[in-house]
Parts: sequence; C-alpha cells; structure tokens
Amino acid sequence: MTGDPGTEAAQSPDLSGRVVIVGAGHAGGSAAALLRQYGWTGPITLIGDEPLIPYQRPPLSKAWLKGEADGDSLALRPASFYTEQSIRLRLSTGVSGINTAARMVTLDSGEAVAFDHLILAVGAAARKLPVPGAELAGVLELRTAADAELLKNALGPGKRLAVIGGGYVGLEAAASARALGAEAVVIEREPRVLARVACEELSGFFQDYHAARGVTFEVNAQVQGFVGTDGRVGGVALGDGRTLPCDVALVGIGALPHESLARLAGCECRQGIVVDEATRTSVAHIYAIGDCTQRPLPLYGLSGRLESVPNALEQAKQVASLLCGRPAPAPETPWFWSDQYDIKLQIAGLPHHAVTRVIRGNPADAKFAVFHLDAENRVQAVEAINAAPEFMAGRLLVGNRKPVAPEKLRDTSVSMKEVAA
Amino acid sequence: MAKIIFIEHSGATHEVDAKTGLSVMEAAVKNNVPGIDADCGGACACATCHVYVDPAWLDKTGKPSAMEESMLDFAENVESNSRLSCQIKVSDALDGLTVRLPESQH
Repeated sequence: MTGDPGTEAAQSPDLSGRVVIVGAGHAGGSAAALLRQYGWTGPITLIGDEPLIPYQRPPLSKAWLKGEADGDSLALRPASFYTEQSIRLRLSTGVSGINTAARMVTLDSGEAVAFDHLILAVGAAARKLPVPGAELAGVLELRTAADAELLKNALGPGKRLAVIGGGYVGLEAAASARALGAEAVVIEREPRVLARVACEELSGFFQDYHAARGVTFEVNAQVQGFVGTDGRVGGVALGDGRTLPCDVALVGIGALPHESLARLAGCECRQGIVVDEATRTSVAHIYAIGDCTQRPLPLYGLSGRLESVPNALEQAKQVASLLCGRPAPAPETPWFWSDQYDIKLQIAGLPHHAVTRVIRGNPADAKFAVFHLDAENRVQAVEAINAAPEFMAGRLLVGNRKPVAPEKLRDTSVSMKEVAA
Repeated sequence: MAKIIFIEHSGATHEVDAKTGLSVMEAAVKNNVPGIDADCGGACACATCHVYVDPAWLDKTGKPSAMEESMLDFAENVESNSRLSCQIKVSDALDGLTVRLPESQH
C-alpha cells in the first residue's frame, strides 16, 4: 500500500477511462454519481448481484420494516437517473474473477468487462451462526431488501420474533417488531446488549427502554441451535436447556467483509480490503470503498473497518476525487446513528484512546449524552440519546481535538456552544 | 409536482421537478444536484443537507423543529434562513422554491 499520491490521476487526469464498480450498494452507487458530478466522461459500469438499483440499507430494520417507507423511497436515486447519467447498471450480476494484467473482470456468465479503474464496493455478509437448525426456514438475517421482505412478512400481531445478537440491527428489528404488534425476545451472548459497540450506560439505557416496551432479554445466553417442525423454525434452544418458542428468528451477530474477489486480484486483506486514505488498494488501478475496507482512521492514528453510510459516502468522495484529480476531501469524523421507538441515537468518533466518561443529562429523561475523553480531556467519542446539540458539538470537538472542561461538560446549565467554544 | 431551484455556492443553477411528498433533500439527491451530501438519508441526524431558503419563500417553508434547530446550531455558516432540506416537504405550494447551497456541508 505505497502509492505516491497522484500517480494515477492527480495532475491532468484523464477523465475518459473505463470505470467498473463492483457492488451496487450505497458506496458503489454514490461513487458512480459523484464521478459524474466531478466531471468523469468515460464509461461507468456499476455491477450488483442484487436485482435492485442502489438503495439505502439503514431503513430496512427501521421505517421500511414498519411499513413506513416504500421501495421508491428506499432507492438512492430513481432508475432514470442511471440512464440520464450514462451509468451502465448490470444488476443480478455476480463477478467471479479479476484479471489484473488484462484489466478485466469476469462475470458469472463468463463475459469479461474491461476496466482502466476498478472500484470494489462489495460490502459485507451477515456472520452465520454455525449451530444445528440454522438452515430451517424462518431463521433469517438482515442485510438486503430481500432479507427484510422475508422478515416483514413473518412479523405481525401475535407473532413471536427471537433476535439472536443484541446489536443495532437486532435492537432496531425488535423495536420495529413491537411496533407491528409482535412479541420480541433478544438473546445476547455477552452480559449486556450493544457490548461491542456502546458503553455500559448506553447498553443499560437501551435494554431498559426496550424492556419497558415489552421486549424480553436473555443475556449471558448461548444459542445451542434452532428447533422446528416440517423444516420451519419453532424455537431457539439455549445452553441452559430451555427452548424459547418463536415463529421467526433473526440472526444479527455482525458482518464479515467480502474479501474473496480482492484476494483473487492479489489485494492485501486484513479484516477487510486494506486501503489508504484515498481508497487505493495494494494493487494498482484497484480501489475499495465502504463496509469491505480496512481503512486508515487518521484522527486516531489507527486503521479499522467502519460499517456505516457516512463511511461509504466518505470513501465514495475519496475515490471520485482521486480519479477526477480533485483535491482530497478533508478527513471526516466517523459517525453513526440508530432509530429505535422515539429514540434517536447519534454517535460521533470512536472511543479508542478514551480513559474517562462524562455523562451529561439524565438517562431517566431519555435525553443524555456520554462523552469519552482521553487523558488530555479531548473528546474521542460522544454517544447522544435525543441530544442533537451534544452530538453536533461533540462531533466538532472530536474533529478539532480541543480539550474540554469535564465539569462544564457535566453541567447542563452550560450550553454546548459554550463548552465547545 | 413542484419546480425547485437549487443555486450552488458557485452560482450554478439546477432546476428540478420534485414529486409532492418527497423532501427537498431527496429531490436534490435524486437529480444529482451537487452540494447536498445528505449523509443520513433524511433522518435529521447529520446536518449535511443545509440550504438557505430564499427569503421570499420563508413563510411557505415554515419553521424548523426544535431538533432541526439544534442540529443547525452547530452547522457551519448558519444564517437566519438556514434549513435542513430533508425537513422541508415538497408540496404544490412550494412550486418555484429557490434555495441556495452553502460552500461546504462539512
């Protein structure tokens, strides 16, 4: 992953080359649109294995699952957009190989598509739970619109949903299930939900909030397998011998980056396709963006894999800027959001170097924020519940690395404007 | 259907036909209008769809909610006519709406 900046594109970019984008999700779709926005004139081919034009995944566990959004609003842009912008969409199309020497990708059909620049936006796959019964009908995952359709059809008044994994997808699905009148139980291996992605205060808050709305929890629980009759799931067998009855089960235990295609092309992979700050992989003319990448996190001096729309968009901007010879966009502060019931969770930053936590507001009011500070009282991350000023100011502070006074931060009578000043 | 006019910071103008019920942000994104990032897809979670509403249209677009206001409080270059375009719903009454875009959303 060397690459001296600008070898491919910088000084006087050739905007007429052939760009092939593998993966027609949020990252791939946005990269295609941005290339055109930035003046790319060459052919752009966007290849996706799903039958749908690029769409937004976040609503799949939220508004869409509850029936509050339709297919049109899910789509990032209308189908006519791709025709108007001369972006060739190849949907329901798998890619089986990359010939780096000849600069060709091979489609499942055997057809070869030539490229000058190849962007891998291949995403991640739901992690499987390797237990007996996982193949039963009604044991679902939630990555795609097709997955969401199956889940939606299985939910309704009186239905029982068992969620395996107390992460964001699982909790959002549980909240949506309750909104649809279904029962929901969340089964978590760790002692608390959101154990890998949020602090204890947030985990406690969410668990209480869900419990008050009828979701039940099994923490410290091992899933031994799924049981059922006639090939259809009817319950989740736990390590303690109990079986929790259910009509549908959702496995939401994280995602694994799609690396196989990149490995075939010789790109370095290490928990994701390794890219630099401009999305270059270790192989010339091949770039990678979105959930599938192991990327630099310049604010933290680390690298990591971020599964989020803002990350997909940031890297789409990076690759489109690089290819079109525009200045590199300034690094952004990573951020995330989640909607559950009437709760808006917004997170900015990553608590890698945090040593203390400061809580502002009262969790009992469902309006508070947890700030993660490093040893110099610089905000590393903020988790904000229904607290937009705290999120916005926190995001600013993560980016500018200005130290804050913890006693002011704790004091809700001091405005966030003043804290951040 | 309403015609919405987006004026980029550079002065470039984009006229788009927007379906009633969409947000002004969605109308921009679906038509590839540059300068509206809309990172969160309309959840009022990011303030990257900031626009300046032409003063003549302020009555018709209404006032921001408390949530939107607190997001705007920390956006860059906020003016009294700043709005988050994901929170403005397109209607026949907004036919001809003109909004200007800030230099940057980040």
